[in-house]
Amino acid sequence: MIEVRDIHKSFHGEKILKGITTTFERGKTNLVIGTSGSGKTVFLKCMLGLFTPEEGSICYDGTTYSDLTTKEQRNLREQMGMVFQGSALFDSMTVAENVMFPLMMFTKQNKEEMQERVNAVLHRVNLENAHKKLPSEISGGMQKRVAIARAIVTRPNYLFCDEPNSGLDPRTSIVIDNLIKEITEEYNITTIINTHDMNSVMEIGEKIIFLRYGLLEWEGDKTQIFKTDNEAVTDFVYSSNLFKKVRDAQLKGL
Amino acid sequence: MFYLDDIGRYFLMLKKVFSRMTKASVLRNLIFKEIDDLIIGSLGISMFLAFFIGAVIAIQTALNLTNPIIPRQIIGFASRQSIILEFAPTFLSVIMAGKVGSFITSSIGTMRVTEQIDALEVMGINSLNYLVFPKIVAMCMYPFVIAITMFVGVFGAYIAGVYGGFVSSSEFLAGLREEFIPYHLLYAFIKTFIFAFLLATIPSFHGYYMKGGALGVGKASTSAFVWTTVVIITSNYILTQLLLS
Repeated sequence: MIEVRDIHKSFHGEKILKGITTTFERGKTNLVIGTSGSGKTVFLKCMLGLFTPEEGSICYDGTTYSDLTTKEQRNLREQMGMVFQGSALFDSMTVAENVMFPLMMFTKQNKEEMQERVNAVLHRVNLENAHKKLPSEISGGMQKRVAIARAIVTRPNYLFCDEPNSGLDPRTSIVIDNLIKEITEEYNITTIINTHDMNSVMEIGEKIIFLRYGLLEWEGDKTQIFKTDNEAVTDFVYSSNLFKKVRDAQLKGL
Repeated sequence: MFYLDDIGRYFLMLKKVFSRMTKASVLRNLIFKEIDDLIIGSLGISMFLAFFIGAVIAIQTALNLTNPIIPRQIIGFASRQSIILEFAPTFLSVIMAGKVGSFITSSIGTMRVTEQIDALEVMGINSLNYLVFPKIVAMCMYPFVIAITMFVGVFGAYIAGVYGGFVSSSEFLAGLREEFIPYHLLYAFIKTFIFAFLLATIPSFHGYYMKGGALGVGKASTSAFVWTTVVIITSNYILTQLLLS
């Protein structure tokens, strides 16, 4: 579980996060949504420890990050997996080497054990035949699955995904969403996903927080988001014609 | 003030490069890869340049020897001195600032743009140590490149001088051995070690702290070349003053 308490962050005097307080539960897919520039990525990077908030605290299963020593913070970071927007795979390494990388850095396993674990996670993300391919030789969807495999290979307690569906077709997006949801339940981890893909909201949004101008505007789940009367949320949700039509059809009782 | 800020950040970067070392087995592989990219990959162009510059030095010296009193063996002497003291250590390093420097800046800069450096940091890895330290260790082999270019440069001067009909083989070889001061070689290799460190770290600094996208990588590569050249030429003057005068 991750508890965020009143975090503030600014850059060059401009306030990006203006006091966000929320809780993300273990075993659930938690979504952070909002328009571009609402502070989603900064919020995620604060939770990853890449940015230090000026005020407030972030608690990981009862441990406050800012109270830890540098070494303890590093140990905590080893329990985090991250799927970046552009996958961030190391382009000089093959798929298998990319996935093996965290194991080589942080475990004392021998080569056979590492290989076995890599095979298992690549099998889990349905990429059995891509071991020797370079990231440039596989599709965007496959790159995302490799990034997920790399993020979970060390069995992390926390999984962060920054817009995992960006640049993917709708069908592949659903595959990635379902994969993240299944892994969250299977590994019983706390998963936080930054997205503005409404399909993801409908599919996997067990908890959703909506950020606007650096503030937490609304929080709820995927059923509540379509019923809220919060104007900013409805503007965001119904900006898509498809969702407008669904809402209109529902209102008409079709 | 802007430059002072950059200089300060450069030294802070160096401090981080040598802290929180990456796992030895991983570092070893990275160092071998960097030796292949930075050193072995530079041998061909270095030897090519050294051969022809050596040849040109011999021809230029020969064509300027209009006084019959001056012995022709001065061609061998002048070629040796020019190549060992300046061309191989300094001017080849300036050329390498373009070749090796832009490679380092663009590879690290691209990793910054594609969030690969963020990925390393999220994993709890000291990205500066992981990326820059192997390059510094690999560049410790740079004096070997310079030693080879010294030899090839003198060989180029010999071929152009002797087969161009400017000097006889025995005169050239006599000139090569004339007033040889072994300390000059030490001076050249001290310079080379310092330039190797600069060649590894200044482009790394520009790549690591670059801002923007693809255009930013291009700008960082250009500024890395300019600043590496400026620092090499300035430190060449300071080292010459300290070591030779």
